Amino acid sequence: MEIRSNWFTSSVAGERNESRGIQRMSTTAAAAIDQPLIIGGREFQSRLMVGTGKYADNDTMTRAIDASGADIVTVAVRRVDLDRTKEEGILFHLDPRKYFLLANTAGCYTAEDAIRYARLAREAGFNEFIKLEVIGDEETLLPDVEGLLESARTLVKEGFQVMAYTNEDLITALKLEDVGCAAIMPLASPIGSGLGLINPYSVRTIKRRLSAPVIVDAGVGTASDACVTMEQGVDGILMNTAIAAAQDPVAMARAMGLAVEAGRLAYLAGRMPRREIAVPSSPSKGMLD
Amino acid sequence: MPDPITVVINGQQREFGGEMSLSGLLKALDLDPQAVVVELNKEIVRRPALGDTTVRDGDQVELVHFVGGG
Repeated sequence: MEIRSNWFTSSVAGERNESRGIQRMSTTAAAAIDQPLIIGGREFQSRLMVGTGKYADNDTMTRAIDASGADIVTVAVRRVDLDRTKEEGILFHLDPRKYFLLANTAGCYTAEDAIRYARLAREAGFNEFIKLEVIGDEETLLPDVEGLLESARTLVKEGFQVMAYTNEDLITALKLEDVGCAAIMPLASPIGSGLGLINPYSVRTIKRRLSAPVIVDAGVGTASDACVTMEQGVDGILMNTAIAAAQDPVAMARAMGLAVEAGRLAYLAGRMPRREIAVPSSPSKGMLD
Repeated sequence: MPDPITVVINGQQREFGGEMSLSGLLKALDLDPQAVVVELNKEIVRRPALGDTTVRDGDQVELVHFVGGG
């Protein structure tokens, strides 16, 4: 099936209500009963946050990000390539006035490195937010919670709004909140794995126990994963590979935007209780003899 | 004649005719100061100070920017 790309083109909130069909309906319904997402004193329209890595080309990336409806877009801090200095930075392709740039410390394996990268990111001059990652293991990319807590403590003291990528461990999440992190970001499953929400109970528990926003980061593979994750009651999802590595990233970005909204709305609506037996939907009275 | 200097920029050795400011270095590398963040010997140099900060022989410079990432 040929999918027309303009079908997926949503844009900033407000304009979104102008678009058609299911999107207009769900946005309106969600807005009517939902609170805006507030992180570190800033209000965001979308509960979906997207990364900018791994795209086949920059045009696909910009169209996918647009289609996702995300406000928050993550970027990484890396050396300038001295041999081809022009047009290599992400800001040649992404309008920083249109999106909220959330720099990460991806690739850092120590608290010291993560702090260094966070300071460099802030110096770029956009905002004081950092998606803090301290990786503990190359194979699984699981977080080193000791380094994470240590660097979070330092960065919060330096005035950063720290969004901490962590595992789905409640105690670490509580400690990160106690340190003053602006958001806690438990993983659904390992980075880039696409395995979906492996431990819904733990993520739900973290959400229930914390006051800080809980944003699930990493592991979502497709739209149903995003929907199920949002149904746990978390405040948002950050994803990259699930969109960038889809066969059609622009279509998947739109699907993810809808799934996050659908999951959020379903959570707010409150699902029916599960039953082990059937209950007829049609009246049992009035049947013919 | 100023003494030539060797500076390590992003891990690469580069030779220059003499000491210069960080602004001069960025210009020599054809880089927009607004688009990069500069670290000199592991200390960040903020943009307003680039013109007043001198690059000397043996200095280590890191020039970073934002790239695609999750």
